[in-house]
Amino acid sequence: MSGDVGGNAQMAVPPGTQIIIPGAAPAPEPAAQTPPGPGRALKVALSSSPFYMGLVLVALVAFFSFLHPGTFASSFNIRNIFLDASVLLILAVGTTYIMIAGGFDLSIGSVLVFSGVAAAQVMLRVGSTDSLGTVALGFAVALLCGAAWGVFNGLCITRLRVSALISTLGSMGAALGGAYLLSDGSDIRTVPNALIALGHGSIGGVPWLVVITAIVALAGGIVLHMTRFGRHTFLVGSNPEAARRAGINVSGHLLKLYALSGLLAGFAAMLSLGRFSTTTLEGHANDPLEAITAVVLGGTALTGGRGSVIGTVVGVFIPAVLANGFIIMGIQPFWQMVVIGFVVIAAVYADQIKRGKGERL
Amino acid sequence: MDGTAAAAPILRARGITKRFGHVEALRGVDFDARAGEITALIGDNGAGKSTLVKILSGVYAATSGELAVDGVPVTFSSPADAHALGIETVYQDLSVCPDLSPSANMYMGREALRPGLLGRLGFLDNAAMRRESAAAFQRLKVALKDMDAPIASLSGGQRQSVAICRAALWAKRVVFMDEPTAALGVVQTARTLDLVRRIRDTGVAVVLISHNMRDVIQVADTVEVLRLGRRIATMPNQGLTVQDLVGAMTGALDAAAGLTEPEAVA
Repeated sequence: MSGDVGGNAQMAVPPGTQIIIPGAAPAPEPAAQTPPGPGRALKVALSSSPFYMGLVLVALVAFFSFLHPGTFASSFNIRNIFLDASVLLILAVGTTYIMIAGGFDLSIGSVLVFSGVAAAQVMLRVGSTDSLGTVALGFAVALLCGAAWGVFNGLCITRLRVSALISTLGSMGAALGGAYLLSDGSDIRTVPNALIALGHGSIGGVPWLVVITAIVALAGGIVLHMTRFGRHTFLVGSNPEAARRAGINVSGHLLKLYALSGLLAGFAAMLSLGRFSTTTLEGHANDPLEAITAVVLGGTALTGGRGSVIGTVVGVFIPAVLANGFIIMGIQPFWQMVVIGFVVIAAVYADQIKRGKGERL
Repeated sequence: MDGTAAAAPILRARGITKRFGHVEALRGVDFDARAGEITALIGDNGAGKSTLVKILSGVYAATSGELAVDGVPVTFSSPADAHALGIETVYQDLSVCPDLSPSANMYMGREALRPGLLGRLGFLDNAAMRRESAAAFQRLKVALKDMDAPIASLSGGQRQSVAICRAALWAKRVVFMDEPTAALGVVQTARTLDLVRRIRDTGVAVVLISHNMRDVIQVADTVEVLRLGRRIATMPNQGLTVQDLVGAMTGALDAAAGLTEPEAVA
């Protein structure tokens, strides 16, 4: 079916001749393959979605900074933008892995809330609200709860073969319900001071939350792009059947990815507790969709197999900068939602056009 | 074109049967693949070709029968067992990941890791994989226009070349190719058959499953014919015609002289 249109040019190929791809320069030497190198890598980087969306982000920042240098570009405001983006970015790193593997995780917002409530309850009962040990216990509980929900999602998807959309939709409801049960329906507002100190403290003027988020994103990017675990994530998303035939444990890998997504949600729950000093029961319903929006804006394919963490970082900051800029300009921040909605559609459309040109004739 | 026909078979199957419930897909098939030869496996639909190949490549377990690799009896309980003995399969639907580079596809599931601590942490040695892949493509005279772009940007024939080169890179003994040209056009089929010959010339045994009798006559050194779950003929490819093959497959030539009956082996 995928007929090679240009191939007719080399119709008369005697046996033993090189196979030459149409469109390529006539290749007299066997070493006609493109040499690797910084030039080549640069070219690839410049033609990627993260690069274009990065330009959009830079343009937005320049635009708002030019109009309101005193307010938008103030260190206080920039700090706020980063703080607002940090919890979402941690969730979005997990979503990047999930979506590159061709999956979905709608449960992360509810898993965050559940993990936060569970951790807050445990920390409340242990007492001694200022002890670092209490905070450490809270982290352990939140990470465990997050990972457990993630494993549950992964088992539903790989063992029961319920689609990712439905499995995580189900656990989205179940985890939020569980959080209400654990908290009797009202937010827990008692959080250890040590955790609040983490949520509000900074090092060298940079908030701890931002530092931690940067470390998570950096580690996420390194593992995704440089390790076998990351490579298998791309392979599983690109063609699960081929990956299976090549001996990759596709179900096992997906299970790990959903566990990772839940784990990151549990981790984000603690950061959220530290920042807001409350379990924010009502505050995370949109998190999964915002994470998916960020990941898609960053050039990750819905069909799996393509994407990057750096793209996701850009994709998280575009809506954050837009919302912040609109507030400063006195435009109702709701416009941000409208604009981002259309921008996502436009970004995916542009990506399809770009891919459709060179590929899958 | 002739391989070392006298050599002992690198892969030898005797009396293979396979039952799916009450259906007897294979009824005592014998099969040989020799190093440096292309053995075509032909037969009408339902003759048992796919079942036989799945048994020989470790996907199915045989109900009964014996397998030997280099004369040593073996049993496969999974494709991994076959891989470990240097037996690879190219599937008819493309078994490649279109979003990844040729070298990522060549090393799919067998990624090379960096030496030392980084390797133990799972860090990939992309430079080595790229270098080895490029060397394999060069050996097999496959020139890809781009070693770094996702292979979705290649034509269907080029993608199939990557899949075949991957099998050749890992196969130390046998490469099974299940209808490798089924999805390809005329020009690409010719190129793919050339590639199949070059892989044969590297010294491995190539087993070609095909419906296309002209392909078979063009490249095969030996033709094995299956009908109704049995091998009914082994024919050296000397002066064979499409009519000969069709006749053998359908049974029209059963009584005809000149066909080598399967050698009786206890």
